[in-house]
Amino acid sequence: MLPLDIDALTGCLASSACLVTQTTSGFIIGMLLFLVAVGLTLIFGVLKVVNFSHGAFYMFGAYFAMTAYQFTGSFALAMLCGAAGTALLGLIFERVFMSRVYGSDVLMQLLVCYAFVLIFDDVVRMIWGPEFKSMGMPAAFQVAPLFIAGGVVPPYYLLLIGVALVVAVVLGLGLARTRIGKVIRAAAHNPGMVSALGINTGLIYGGVFALGGMLAGLAGALAAPVRSLTPGMGFSVLIESFIVTVIGGMGSILGALIGAILIGMIRSFGSLGFPLFTEGLMYLFMVIVLVSRPTGLFGKEVA
Amino acid sequence: MTELQAEQAAVVPRIESQSQRSRYRDVLIALVAFAVLAILPMLTGSKALLDFVIRCSAFGLFATSLNLLVGFTGMVSFGHGMFFGLGAYGFGLLMQRTGLPVPVGFVATLVITTLIAAAIGAICVRLKEIYFAFVTLAFQMLIHSTILSWVSLTGGDQGLRGGIPRPAFLGIDLSNHVHLYITSCALLVIGLLLMRQIAQSPFGYTLRMIRDNATRASFIGIDVWRAKLTIFVLAALFASTGGIIMALFVSGAYPEFAYWTISGEGIFINMLGGVTTFLGPMVGTVLLLILNDTVTRLTEYYGIVLGIVILFFAIGLRKGLMDFVVEWYARRRAGTGERG
Repeated sequence: MLPLDIDALTGCLASSACLVTQTTSGFIIGMLLFLVAVGLTLIFGVLKVVNFSHGAFYMFGAYFAMTAYQFTGSFALAMLCGAAGTALLGLIFERVFMSRVYGSDVLMQLLVCYAFVLIFDDVVRMIWGPEFKSMGMPAAFQVAPLFIAGGVVPPYYLLLIGVALVVAVVLGLGLARTRIGKVIRAAAHNPGMVSALGINTGLIYGGVFALGGMLAGLAGALAAPVRSLTPGMGFSVLIESFIVTVIGGMGSILGALIGAILIGMIRSFGSLGFPLFTEGLMYLFMVIVLVSRPTGLFGKEVA
Repeated sequence: MTELQAEQAAVVPRIESQSQRSRYRDVLIALVAFAVLAILPMLTGSKALLDFVIRCSAFGLFATSLNLLVGFTGMVSFGHGMFFGLGAYGFGLLMQRTGLPVPVGFVATLVITTLIAAAIGAICVRLKEIYFAFVTLAFQMLIHSTILSWVSLTGGDQGLRGGIPRPAFLGIDLSNHVHLYITSCALLVIGLLLMRQIAQSPFGYTLRMIRDNATRASFIGIDVWRAKLTIFVLAALFASTGGIIMALFVSGAYPEFAYWTISGEGIFINMLGGVTTFLGPMVGTVLLLILNDTVTRLTEYYGIVLGIVILFFAIGLRKGLMDFVVEWYARRRAGTGERG
């Protein structure tokens, strides 16, 4: 009953050209997911809430970038607008609304986020219209694709992978080595003590939320040239990035990176071998991880 | 018999005798409610009103069953809508493909729901709070995407079309609008009564204990995992019944029935009505459907309006309407008690 296409899968694994193409496309999916998931995991690690409206930031990032690109024609400005706009949105959202439901139960947090998923989707529908939009590939990247071992790799993909890896390294080192990173980790561990030492935890919470929103917005902006834009585009990304954080372990940046690459590869190669069951494979993988390691591959806390 | 068992044995009969009395009262209320609903078609010729009650039955069963998880057991499921969709698709497919009598199709759908809910529940109920919420949501999306991609069976994004055959049985012809109305009212009342029995039974009190302190519950010898799984499957059955009513009502099944927004609305209905009372979700259902019908008539931006209403309840009031009523009533009684 499962729609299998093992021949296509083994055929691909045997040819280096197909292998390279599929691996890159897996990396692209994975890196975009990583940017969204790392924001989700960071917000959860510090604020102990799961931002159910995180997908909306991804969506806004893409729309902001598209609009900025249409007005200025500059790719760099488009990326900047996508990231800065969502950072601001994240800060306001956290300070005005989310900060009111920290103490209450999961139900309230879910409801507030659910309300904003509905509102944000409709706002996008109002401003940009319900139809599919596309930003188009910037001229600077409209060059001949690279050929690596016979596989086709568009240069834009390399930029995307590069940006995501830089974010991973900067975040990892920033949290581990810098003073701000230490303060954030301390606030995640014991916010009462941190605020008693004279540090404004509200500011840290808002800042972390803004950072998370910014990363999701950056992912949306980076995805805008290669994906089509539609209201509600954030939701499937949210679910996938949640699966990534469950697999990698909530609160772990390395876990988010590994989880995202794994999911990217599953999607990329799964679409060859199991064209109709690709999403199912993802869930299956999540279930296997959950049953064998309930805290995720790199998680420490007990789920 | 150990001391612990003796203590349990002494406590249980007291709850039993209490629930015995309230059980008669519940049955009486249910009978009166059903009688009122049943004579409604004779009083009014309005098809719209009857349609409204049928939709209330479908969503009311769904929302109340979710309250068994959220309000009574403290399990915030964000994927409960999958069983609503499963009921609609399961029943629709069975009736279309096999031509079974309606009651057999009904029971077969519930059997299928039991199996799937047990499998999904076995994985999910180990998880706590937000993990439970999101993993149930993930399963909902899995079922939704399966419905979308398995076009040969489910019709994909077009939904299950061509109508659902409904051969008459025992003199009940479900293609007749009034018969369908009476049947959905009966299913609603019986469903609510059964759920009330579950909530008031010793098992229902076990669930409340798990909600308040799962560690203590497991210390006194309750198998928390088994109790959670049992209520997960039971709640799924009632949600599935709601889906079956919906499938009969629209004579088809659509992917939206299994989409996550159904679960979101279910959670909101519970919040709107209040999770501390048994009938809160039912009140919430009626309110949400009225709101839904009014707003969609006025504007196409339904999400913004619904979102603002949710924010008003979640951040502004922090409780549901029925919670207010109960508190007001308790305060009034306390007030008269002091005076008298």
